[in-house]
Amino acid sequence: MSKKILIVDDEPNIVISLEFLMKKEGFQVAVAGDGEEALAKVASFAPDLLLLDVMMPKKSGFEVCEALRTDSANSALKIVMLTAKGRETEVAKGLAIGADAYVTKPFSTKDLVVRVKELLGAV
Amino acid sequence: MLSGWFVALVASAYVGLLFAVARYGDARADAGRSIISGNVYALSLAVYCTSWTFYGSVGRATSGGLSFLTIYIGPTLMLLFVGVLIKMLRISKTYRITSIADFIASRYGKSQLLAGLVTVIAVIGIVPYIALQLKAVSASLAVLFGQVDAGVLPWWLDSTLLIAAALALFTVLFGTRHLDATERHEGMVAAIAFESVVKLVAFLAVGLFVTYGMFGGLADVFQRAAAVPELSRLLQLDAMQAGSWASLILLSALAIILLPRQFQIIVVENVDESHLRRAVWLFPLYLLLINIFVLPIALGGLLHFGAQSGYADTFVLTLPMAHGAEALAVLVFIGGLSAATGMVIVETIALSTMVCNDLVMPWLLRSTWINAQKRNDLSGLLIGIRRVAIILILLLGYIYFRVAGEAYALVGIGLISFAAVAQFAPVLFGGMYWKQGTRAGAVAGLVAGFVVWMYTLLLPSFAKSGWIGNGFVEHGLFGVDWLRAQSLFGLRGMDAISHSLWWSLLANFGAYVVVSLNTRPDALEAGQAERFVDVFRRAHRETDSLLWRGQASLGELVRLLERFLGPVRAAQQLGAYAAMRGVDNWQRLAVDADLVQFAEGELAGAIGSASARVMVASVTQEEDLGLEEVLDILDEATQVRAYSKELEAKQQALEVATAELREANERLRELDRMKDDFISTVTHELRTPLTSIRALSEMLHEDPRADLADRKRFLGIIVSEAERLTRLINQILDMAKLESGRAEWTTAEVDLGNVAREAMDSLGQLYRDKDVALSGEIPDSGPVVMADRDRLVQVMINLLSNAVKFVATGTGAVKVTVSTDAGMVRVSVADNGPGLTADECSVIFEKFRQGGNTMTDKPQGTGLGLPISRQIVEYFGGALWVESQPGAGANFIFTVPLPAADE
Repeated sequence: MSKKILIVDDEPNIVISLEFLMKKEGFQVAVAGDGEEALAKVASFAPDLLLLDVMMPKKSGFEVCEALRTDSANSALKIVMLTAKGRETEVAKGLAIGADAYVTKPFSTKDLVVRVKELLGAV
Repeated sequence: MLSGWFVALVASAYVGLLFAVARYGDARADAGRSIISGNVYALSLAVYCTSWTFYGSVGRATSGGLSFLTIYIGPTLMLLFVGVLIKMLRISKTYRITSIADFIASRYGKSQLLAGLVTVIAVIGIVPYIALQLKAVSASLAVLFGQVDAGVLPWWLDSTLLIAAALALFTVLFGTRHLDATERHEGMVAAIAFESVVKLVAFLAVGLFVTYGMFGGLADVFQRAAAVPELSRLLQLDAMQAGSWASLILLSALAIILLPRQFQIIVVENVDESHLRRAVWLFPLYLLLINIFVLPIALGGLLHFGAQSGYADTFVLTLPMAHGAEALAVLVFIGGLSAATGMVIVETIALSTMVCNDLVMPWLLRSTWINAQKRNDLSGLLIGIRRVAIILILLLGYIYFRVAGEAYALVGIGLISFAAVAQFAPVLFGGMYWKQGTRAGAVAGLVAGFVVWMYTLLLPSFAKSGWIGNGFVEHGLFGVDWLRAQSLFGLRGMDAISHSLWWSLLANFGAYVVVSLNTRPDALEAGQAERFVDVFRRAHRETDSLLWRGQASLGELVRLLERFLGPVRAAQQLGAYAAMRGVDNWQRLAVDADLVQFAEGELAGAIGSASARVMVASVTQEEDLGLEEVLDILDEATQVRAYSKELEAKQQALEVATAELREANERLRELDRMKDDFISTVTHELRTPLTSIRALSEMLHEDPRADLADRKRFLGIIVSEAERLTRLINQILDMAKLESGRAEWTTAEVDLGNVAREAMDSLGQLYRDKDVALSGEIPDSGPVVMADRDRLVQVMINLLSNAVKFVATGTGAVKVTVSTDAGMVRVSVADNGPGLTADECSVIFEKFRQGGNTMTDKPQGTGLGLPISRQIVEYFGGALWVESQPGAGANFIFTVPLPAADE
């Protein structure tokens, strides 16, 4: 059974690249373009891992993460934050909110895949 | 009958007893065991009760009823002002005041002029009062012996003259033993207290005799008097007399302090301030006791001798005599003698001190005679001067008695004296409480008051005695009715005393205040004013030395002291001073301001502070302290207060500055944060396209066997993102340059119409591709402004490309309008797109913010176009804004000012 990954980002081109990348690795992929859509898709798609952008309209990645973490049903859900904001404060904030990993853009595709596999492998 | 010898013997014995008491008092003082206690002090105040009290009260009661009491109500009330009296005591002790003239002179800058003036007024005012005492004694003698006495003594040895001579002798012996630096005469005070007791006993005795011996008690006397119409009115208080009662009470209240003898006893002779508190109730008690029987005696006398009897003053003698109580009569005579002699002794001592210190000495010191004398010990001279003064004053009193005694009732003369010393009140009390009183003011006040007193009271009294014509009384000076001596300026209806009191005090007080306010005190005056008014607040030693600057030699000062105090006493005092300073030999005393201060104080006791000041100044080289300096030094407290006020003000200024700094700091932090945000946002914006570029590049690189369609797609994205990145970087740099003011501008004439047309042309293809209508309302030769053409084109292109992004395909329409309006060129780009909310209208001009809220329609813009356009337009003095309603399209408008019209 293959793992499900939900990609959340408001930049279409980034979504395209991530989608292709994850599909190539054999994951099931769904996409959301903003925070609200993301929460809806988590409920319906029930992914195992979230690739979550921070800077989004409607709801930011931080808010989404917070919302998901308060719900104990999502305790098994892995969240990887993807963002161009790389300041230490942001990193700390992300991890404090409950992200499992924090990756800055631009990222290395190889490294991202390794990370994702790690998180999903250790089940 | 009484024999003259018997009476003379008794009198002599009494005087001898007085001597003994005085001797004893002095001996105890010398041994350091002073006999002066609170009771003795209070009793000595009763020297106020002279033969006026003894004889005159009864006389006055027979004509004026209860009005005789006014003379005693005043002092009782004045003693209630204990605070004022204590202040006077403190000042006098602290500054070694020796007389009332010294007090006044010292306060107003140690002025010899004032000292002399006060002395003259005092002498002129008091001589009649002394004569009054002598008259009383002579009258009492006449009563005792009837007229049969002619054979006892030759006419040129008039008994009164003998008495005056005896008084002079007593006074000389006990008032001028030595020059005490504090001018205290404890023996004399003891004798005076003793006399007060004798007076009281004698008066009470005759009172009891009349009331219970001749009648059946107080009730009996009053009842019998009430039965006689002329007498019953004496028992009533007459409301019409309230005015004169008021003036009499005021007069006596002032006299209890201002009479030289009273000042001497109350202030100069005071040993301990606490004695005053006992006197406050004991003295009024004495007054009460001595006055209880006045009215009964008066009524008794009138009842006995009939209402037309002659000399009511002597009822106290005639009543016992008429009943054969000769021993009582002799006792009463002794009492009267006590009263008279007490007054004369103390008054002449006080006056002679003033005459010596404040009248003769200043004159002597100025004369070359004294310097030529080169005598080393002037203390003998000083004592000699005083003795001569005593004798002269008594002589004057005797002369006045002979010449004027018959023309006036006793009491009248007394009140004239009271009114004279009342002139000291404004300058004295003013000096104690009003720092602004100046010497000039004091002189003016005294002179004015004295002149008015002379004119309204003294001269009329001479006129009544027939010495001078009374034209000025009847018709006014030079015949001017307004200047009638006893109704000045038309003030009628008052008795002579009240009239005089009113005018003289008015002139006195008025001149004092007006002149003081208009003159400035010199340094010494101001210093003294401070010292007197603030006596309770100061530790006088330290600041006094601070105020003295100069040099002196010990030898000179010592010589000065020896000259005036005598070598023995000088050495004594110097030794005491040295011991106090902790130096074993006074020859080795440091010559500093303290020593000079001490020397001056010692001298003041001998020759008065005014003369002492002059003498000390003559042997030291002193620096003149300017008024400002003095006030500076004395006003330490004020200075400190001023400094602390300054400090407070500075502190407040500091707080304001700190608040301002805090604000500025906040603003800087805000800006810093904004800069951080900007950088963070820029980084984010740059990294986003880079992410796609890198990810896609990596994926293509990894998988060379990827699908061609995918490959093409990915590469396309890579290219466009690279373009996007480039655009972004360019715009960011542009923005940075514009904001930092380092952009390059070329200013030339620009035709805005052409600019609009050019922009429309370059975007024409884009519009056609999206099928959006583009129209323009542009004048053929558009308005010309001075600007940078390329930049304005950049603005137009920005606005047009924004418009085409947001309008719908097919139905979209954009219209460009160029016009002029009120000195500005107005260009508008209106579209029929979705429009903007009020919030969005301002938000879109912020950096990196873009319009549109549908996520599917993610614009390819950078979010910097509008901010940059605004910067450009504002650089040229214009403005850029948008007018829009949601759903009703948007209208972007910018203005550029037209160049100022040239000639």
